[in-house]
Amino acid sequence: MTGSFRTASGGTRIDRSRTLTFTFDGTTYTAHPGDTLASALLAHGVRVVAQGPYTGRPRGVYSTGAEEPNAFVQVESGPGEPMVRATRLEVHDGLRASSLSGRGRLVDAPDTGRYDKVYAHCDVLVIGAGTAGRAAALAAVAAGARVIVADDRPGIGIEASGELTVLPRTTVTGHYDHGYFVAVERRTDHLGDAAPARTARRRLWHVRARRVVLATGALERPVLFPDNDRPGIMLAGAAAAYVRRYGVLPGRRAVVFGAHDGALQAALDLLDAGVEIACVTDVRASTGPLGDRLRERGVTVLEGRAVTGTESGPDGILTDARIGGDIVPCDLLAVSGGWNPDLHLFTQAGGRTRWSAEHAAFIPGAPPRVPIDVVGSARGIPGEAAEHLPEGADGLVFVDLHRDATLAGVRDALQAGMTSNEHVKRYTTIGTGADQGRTSGVPASGALARLLGRAPGEIGTTTQRPPVEPIPFAVLAGRDRGDLLAPARRTPMHGWHEEHGALFEDVGEWKRPRYYPRPGESMDDAVLRECRTARARVAALDASTLGKIDVQGPDAAAFLDRIYTGRISTLAPGRCRYGVMCGTDGMIFDDGVAARLAPGRFHLTTTSGNAARVLDWLEEWLQTEWPELRVRCTSVTDQWAVVALAGPRSRDVLTALAPGLDVAAFPFMATREAEVAGLPARVFRISYSGELAYEINVPSWHGLALWEAVMAAGEPHGIAPYGTETMHVLRAEKGYIVAGQDTDGTVTPHDAGLGWAVKAAGGWVGHRSLHRPDTARADRKRLVGLRPRDPAVVLAEGAQLVAEPPPAEITHPVPMLGHVTSSYRGTVGSFALALLKGGDEREGETLYAVDSGRADAVTVTSPVHYDREGARRDGDG
Amino acid sequence: MLLIPCPWCGDRDEVEFHYGGQAHVAYPSDPDALDDAAWADYVFMRDNPKGWFRERWTHTAGCRRWFNVVRHTVTYEIAGSYRPGDVPPKVAS
Amino acid sequence: MPDGKLWEDREPGNSYDVVIVGAGGHGLATAYYLARDHGITDVAVLERGWLAGGNMARNTTIIRSNYLWDESAAIYEHSLRLWEGLEDDLGHDLKFSQRGVLNLAHNLPDVREGVRRVNANRLNGVDAEWLDPDDVKKLVPILNTSPSVRFPVLGGTFQPRGGIARHDQVAWGLAKGADERGVHLIQNCEVTGFRRTPGGAVTGVETSRGFIGAGRVALCAAGHTSVLADMLGFRLPLQSHPLQALVSELLEQVLDTVVMSNAVHVYVSQAHKGELVMGAGIDAFNGYGQRGSFHVIEQQIAAAVELFPVFARAHVLRTWGGIVDVSPDASPIIGPTPVENVFVNCGWGTGGFKATPGAGHVYADTIAHARPHPLAEPFGLERFTTGALIDEHGAAAVAH
Repeated sequence: MTGSFRTASGGTRIDRSRTLTFTFDGTTYTAHPGDTLASALLAHGVRVVAQGPYTGRPRGVYSTGAEEPNAFVQVESGPGEPMVRATRLEVHDGLRASSLSGRGRLVDAPDTGRYDKVYAHCDVLVIGAGTAGRAAALAAVAAGARVIVADDRPGIGIEASGELTVLPRTTVTGHYDHGYFVAVERRTDHLGDAAPARTARRRLWHVRARRVVLATGALERPVLFPDNDRPGIMLAGAAAAYVRRYGVLPGRRAVVFGAHDGALQAALDLLDAGVEIACVTDVRASTGPLGDRLRERGVTVLEGRAVTGTESGPDGILTDARIGGDIVPCDLLAVSGGWNPDLHLFTQAGGRTRWSAEHAAFIPGAPPRVPIDVVGSARGIPGEAAEHLPEGADGLVFVDLHRDATLAGVRDALQAGMTSNEHVKRYTTIGTGADQGRTSGVPASGALARLLGRAPGEIGTTTQRPPVEPIPFAVLAGRDRGDLLAPARRTPMHGWHEEHGALFEDVGEWKRPRYYPRPGESMDDAVLRECRTARARVAALDASTLGKIDVQGPDAAAFLDRIYTGRISTLAPGRCRYGVMCGTDGMIFDDGVAARLAPGRFHLTTTSGNAARVLDWLEEWLQTEWPELRVRCTSVTDQWAVVALAGPRSRDVLTALAPGLDVAAFPFMATREAEVAGLPARVFRISYSGELAYEINVPSWHGLALWEAVMAAGEPHGIAPYGTETMHVLRAEKGYIVAGQDTDGTVTPHDAGLGWAVKAAGGWVGHRSLHRPDTARADRKRLVGLRPRDPAVVLAEGAQLVAEPPPAEITHPVPMLGHVTSSYRGTVGSFALALLKGGDEREGETLYAVDSGRADAVTVTSPVHYDREGARRDGDG
Repeated sequence: MLLIPCPWCGDRDEVEFHYGGQAHVAYPSDPDALDDAAWADYVFMRDNPKGWFRERWTHTAGCRRWFNVVRHTVTYEIAGSYRPGDVPPKVAS
Repeated sequence: MPDGKLWEDREPGNSYDVVIVGAGGHGLATAYYLARDHGITDVAVLERGWLAGGNMARNTTIIRSNYLWDESAAIYEHSLRLWEGLEDDLGHDLKFSQRGVLNLAHNLPDVREGVRRVNANRLNGVDAEWLDPDDVKKLVPILNTSPSVRFPVLGGTFQPRGGIARHDQVAWGLAKGADERGVHLIQNCEVTGFRRTPGGAVTGVETSRGFIGAGRVALCAAGHTSVLADMLGFRLPLQSHPLQALVSELLEQVLDTVVMSNAVHVYVSQAHKGELVMGAGIDAFNGYGQRGSFHVIEQQIAAAVELFPVFARAHVLRTWGGIVDVSPDASPIIGPTPVENVFVNCGWGTGGFKATPGAGHVYADTIAHARPHPLAEPFGLERFTTGALIDEHGAAAVAH
């Protein structure tokens, strides 16, 4: 078929004064501004725009809008996009697109488009800006309401003003409770290369609306007949709309096939546009006044007769319609089975539809949970339509063109015993495609009803699920990509660490230096060097990430006694105590240090990743269980920068920095306010390394100054910075646990060897759980130490412990006794911590640590591998 | 995205809150006096009704206060919220 | 598609030896194994809606058995072995595809947890491998394994025998297998109450279609189990939450492995037809509404695009929600209940689909013998009293 199908004049949506060029499947065509790819291709007589995904049969443009089942194309130009409806794709200069077989292509090129999110509130959200929607919007504005109008078409005949926001090219895609709607606005795609660089390509609107006006109109549905998929067959209303809107003739000689008056009206429209009407056939016994009008204009109108098949040429394109024994040559077969109100959002919001014979459609029934007023043809277009189902026909009767699913498939589903339309949908895949089954849903329900001998209302429709239209992943991600995907927290000293070659580790949201390799140094070498520096001289750790909570109030001590397993209330002001927190299940979830600054004031530390959770935990108990306690909790994690100074020379460094601090009268587990490096500081003498150590806290904006001062003061003593890896080695050598590494939510304080930190009297929240039969078992897994028999071996963290080396081929489960939780090569050589069944009874036993098929003999030891006597905490001199 | 009425701050989007499950589950006054089953009931058992539910929320990204909400677990309708110690709104069961 | 009728839509009879409440995957599998292995064919499976229309129709069809603890590995591996023979057993194409399941590690705690799990799995006879980032990249070339991304891939655990199946076909195959053996599958039949003797023993169920007598009643209602337990007057440690999932449009093949990332709540596979099937995180609040909140989807997709940049242009075609019944230790509850003649299988949370044949097999044996199957013994209700929980939350995501 050749030649132009563009009419000489007319077309409400196009601008004939300008011409654009675009490419489809490698061929260049012209179009006018306002054309969709579908209208432009039809104007050039391009009939085949896609292939059926399974049958491979050629398919043509079927509709004008969102209901399109066939014409999905791959946009190749610009940012590119798979599975775009040609009926919605606005042509611009340079557009390149290609046909698809129901499957899109993901391309490797990065999507550099910009996608924004908008959050808005309004009194009235008007969805659809047809006549009814526009009227509702203007009425709401007149009544003083804040109004948002959204319509998926390019043009909305209404101007934005004051409290009226107008969103063209915007599809409201879903309702998510309490009047929360999501919409996608397409801002620049239609501009092609002319799109402003800084304008977001699309925006995802989140609208909280008090009331909603649903003016989404109605969509035409087809009638079923054999070989109803050939290019040249399209919805009758769409055929007429192509003439009216785009000045495009979808064919020169048409057969119109319908089951209601809408088809006859479309035939009249086509006739007015100069399309030859070969005949109109209607399955109804009488076509009434509209039929008469067609006859008056010389059109053959058949009543009570259906199209029973179609013919095509070798290219698969429609050549004839078969009506019983008659073969009617035509290049357009316009079909219409009725109008379905578009109630997708109505049902999403919880509304129910009901079958109305007067509308021959499912119309609004029980209202949804949010105030939604359905207006215009979304309420249903009055007018009966006949049901029609081809019987025992030759040829394939497609129910869902998009999924290539046929009436035979529906019959198969029934034969397989399916009676629910949800089952039939799943069996046949009808309605599961990118078109959301807009043209197939009601015909499928109708077919099912007829085949089961039931009424359409009994069958109902399948559930429509959000989104109303497919949403690109990139639009949902918005700006939450790359560095903005999730916040990364950095300490005030972060830049210094970077400058000094630190490699970082993610710890919760924090970036922490893991180690500071010197040129040519391996990680193991660097860590061992850092460890030795801390053990022999002095080393500094950026401990700013530690969670810090300020707890104040007359009842603070009593409160903390209920939260920590140990007793806090006996702590004298100026002193610190190690504390363990457990859930009500008695399992460890965090540990840290509680320092009493004053009778009614405490400074708590938590693990770095757990600070928010601990604060939440404290607040929950205070507010929901013990509101009578006069306690206030404040997160001060970000207020303090912390330098942990560890090693026998740490006292010397501190003395140099804080001449006013009486270090001799600063005992272990004490805290002092002091001036350090000229900065106001809170100093704790606590040790996570086993060495003489101090944690110096300064207001965070002084963090870098403190760090640099520490480094300078430490230089004569050979100070080195150390990272989390060294911190781990040092603490593990001392048998100190990390909550979340040496515990996993199944470990009690006793299991972790922390029974000494649990008050015998109880009174803390999870105490009772420790006396449950399983929790009180003697042979529970306990924290132990391990030494690999081969000192060259460093065990894998996560290695499992077994009594005997397992066989090479494992046919039966091998009993596991526990697993390695922490393992390092430290200053004591290779060692590990483990949780081991009946661990405290097993010291001296030989077991095997299994990792990746390898079994290493290990000896069970105390978890304390270094300085069991605790002699090092006061320094070496 | 639920719209949750914080009794102190007013209506806010769900993302500002954390959920706390069933409301009015009091910590036992004397846990040691409970047998294992009664203690387990406190630690693990929570109502899970299909219908109206009194539940706890905390306005994490706002006032950080805990409060209670009466919400329907099927329709997600919210009958109202109330501060700890206040009387819950009445709902038809 | 198979020829002939898969199953008969039955009218309720007066009474049955066993009434199973819930015709999801687990209910159907239970009925199938009761009939096949225990000769108990006087069985009805009652479904309040359409057969397998609950979570069975809504899950992301991932099958794996790489659970941490011995008890879990045993029951999930039992299930995986049954999966491996199920198509032959049922004579039905389930589109069971052992394409492998990859669980990504994004930080050092994830790595430790992954290595621990791999070693535990192997010693339990479960296939498992630890992959370093290069291996991960080879297996899934479209993954962004750059070390500079916000959540870098530091490795992953891989279970080659894991995979996916077509959920509807699984349900229909089991329905066919049960129906062939005389089981009655009864749809649109909602249980509204229980009839009990003065001593409390249950003798049958009241339904929307009348009373149905039952020798034993097997609850198999996933997210609705609490509602049934309420009718029976006992409590279960369950909370029902929305869990959302979504699919893209059909796309040419880009992914032939199941990829999961717990840290960013992404799990994705590409189904046979070509759609990306993805699951999201659980909505925090209790809900029976079969829908969740949109921000959960937005966060999930943002993470997915970061892991798989090529997904940026894919479209979310459809989202939906199921109701997952979550227990305190993320492990199921299987066994007798405090009510005589009533058994329970629930609390599978997000693990229900993969457990379908295993749960059905073990539960059928439990019902037939009125005592827990050995694999079910650790999963009894009493564990919440003794404290012998089977905590499958994974090592607590706590950082030092």
